[in-house]
Amino acid sequence: MAALPSYAGPLERFWYYAFRFLCGSIFLFLIAPIIVMIPLSFNAEPYFTFTPEMLAFKSEAFSLRWYQDILDNEQWLHSMKNSFIVGIAATFLATSLGTIAALGLSRGDMPYRTLIMGLLLSPMIVPLIITAAGLFFFYSSLGLAQTYTGLILAHTALGTPFVVITVTATLSGFDRNLIRASSSLGASPQRTFFKVILPLISPGVISGGLFAFVTSFDEVVVALFLAGFEQRTVPRQMWAGIREQISPTILAVATILVGVSILLLATMEILRRRSERLRGLSPN
Amino acid sequence: MAAITENDGMMRAADGTPLKQALARATRMNKARAFLLTTPLLAFILVTFILPIGLMLFRSIDTPEVSAAFPKTLAILQEWDGNDLPGEDAYASFASEMQELASDRDTRSMISRAGTRLNYIQSGFRSLMNKTSRRIQRVEEPPFKEAFIKIDKRWGEADTWKTIRQAGSRYSTRAYLNALDLTTSPDGEIVAQPEIKQIYVTLFERTIWVSIGVTVACIALAYPISYLLATLPSGTSNLLMIFVLLPFWTSLLVRTTSWIVLLQTNGVINDILVWIGIVGDDSRIQMIYNMTGTFIAMTHILLPFMVLPLYSVMKTIPRDHMRAARSLGANPMIAFMRIYLPQTVAGVGAGSILVFILAIGYYITPALVGGQDGQLISNIIEYHMKKSLNWGLAAALGGILLAGVLALYWLYNRIVGISNMKLG
Repeated sequence: MAALPSYAGPLERFWYYAFRFLCGSIFLFLIAPIIVMIPLSFNAEPYFTFTPEMLAFKSEAFSLRWYQDILDNEQWLHSMKNSFIVGIAATFLATSLGTIAALGLSRGDMPYRTLIMGLLLSPMIVPLIITAAGLFFFYSSLGLAQTYTGLILAHTALGTPFVVITVTATLSGFDRNLIRASSSLGASPQRTFFKVILPLISPGVISGGLFAFVTSFDEVVVALFLAGFEQRTVPRQMWAGIREQISPTILAVATILVGVSILLLATMEILRRRSERLRGLSPN
Repeated sequence: MAAITENDGMMRAADGTPLKQALARATRMNKARAFLLTTPLLAFILVTFILPIGLMLFRSIDTPEVSAAFPKTLAILQEWDGNDLPGEDAYASFASEMQELASDRDTRSMISRAGTRLNYIQSGFRSLMNKTSRRIQRVEEPPFKEAFIKIDKRWGEADTWKTIRQAGSRYSTRAYLNALDLTTSPDGEIVAQPEIKQIYVTLFERTIWVSIGVTVACIALAYPISYLLATLPSGTSNLLMIFVLLPFWTSLLVRTTSWIVLLQTNGVINDILVWIGIVGDDSRIQMIYNMTGTFIAMTHILLPFMVLPLYSVMKTIPRDHMRAARSLGANPMIAFMRIYLPQTVAGVGAGSILVFILAIGYYITPALVGGQDGQLISNIIEYHMKKSLNWGLAAALGGILLAGVLALYWLYNRIVGISNMKLG
């Protein structure tokens, strides 16, 4: 879709602009829902819509009251703390388990690779409601329902596929001679892993970890079944907010979460560039 | 591994074993080492994920309640020919088993649990069991048959006893029959459920149609923008990619919330429509808490999963192909249909299966914006899990859904290879 050539006929010209317009509309469809909440979260009135004063850009129509609301509300603060506790613990576990497994899976001599890969990635594919139901019965019988441990283990299982995928992808471009070189110079396998392999695959490991964190941070179905009141995470709290008493506080929380996703997206982009540079794919 | 040649002409490793054998051992060691690395995660997933789901699915065929409560009566009923009423011995044993269970606080609940199980087959059974177990306490003398019939005349019908006999089997496929709107007659034939209870097949069909619709909508929306992204200079396309990746990274609940804000009757879109004058202030369009809302929100949420695989396929198609087709005289339409489109089929296929798999198990969005008629199969599974507590039926519905998803997963694996999945 480069610039229109000078010899293009009128039909081609029309088609060119129509296509651009169509694509513009689709991009608008993608981004509008995310953008539109941001100004609404600064609404001074408890409405979900733009007041005439807001459209006239009067300063008294905007306020930070819903953000203040979050800070004043014990439940929101508690759920944010929970989300970080569960998310970080699950990310740590998922990243460690997933990275080690990916090391095995990316070796040429891995037996039953397809089957094992299929099993390891299944948490990503199985409908969440089935996962939640299964884990609910299982953890209840073990006494782990409504505990942090149960929720963390469940989120770990859901996060590992992403780590496995990103790390195996990174390892596919990894020069195995470096491992041989390291061993021949007398390094133990552990030392080789920490000094040679890990630094080189770290972009993949970190982005897998980010995926695992987002999975946990955004997960609500399993939390609905497994988390008690004490373990309520942010999505669980939002769920209750949307279902029970929908107030613009939700929009303020949502705006904060959009901020978090922008941060994550930027981190991912930096990692991607770094990994390309490390692999020598890009000139700079 | 220095090999030395001995007199027998066989290659040998340094320790004297034949080279072939040494190599086989080394390969085996390597395989074991690779496998060992995956064991921690494999064990973790098997124990904390696959085992719990297996156990949950087992509930769909596990029906122990009646056989646990009334083993003796069931043994007698097995002998019964089913033509007339069972003999006095069946009534007597049923009475004694009920009295025995009711006498102890710990076992009393077994009667009501058996009643609940029977109620799934024949509604009204739970109250019949509760009533009977209360009143039979006072009956000590035979004839028990008359006593039972006096308590409730249903005990004088052969079908009641046939239902008990049916429910007495330790395992049954009844939950699966119910999940497909079927049931069994007292004589054990498979028949359709009464019309008022026929909801699950409709719901499965609706779920499949919504998933197909969402997949098609995603293809229609993803194709143009993927093409644009793949053909623009990389600076511009990286910038536009943010429009795809930001929604992808944004919390699902946030996106669902924003659709509520946009689509509700007093929401932004209706406001704009009223302001333009397309609709009157009193005839605002109902776009949410129904199927429309579910459809729009699901399409928005799943669209990035279609764009990313399509984009990565389109990125690999050389621009020269289209130019060559044009220079050979094809008009843009023919060049697109015969040269470009066939090369993108793999990407469309990969994206479609992914979107369809995700759509068919969707729970959150329908639950929040679906209202009454926008509910999908996952929502009814949740209902049976948490509200009606008919866990067998929930497990059966889940089992059918899971079978469908796994079939598609297998297909995806065959076509794309699961490890080639692109993330962001």
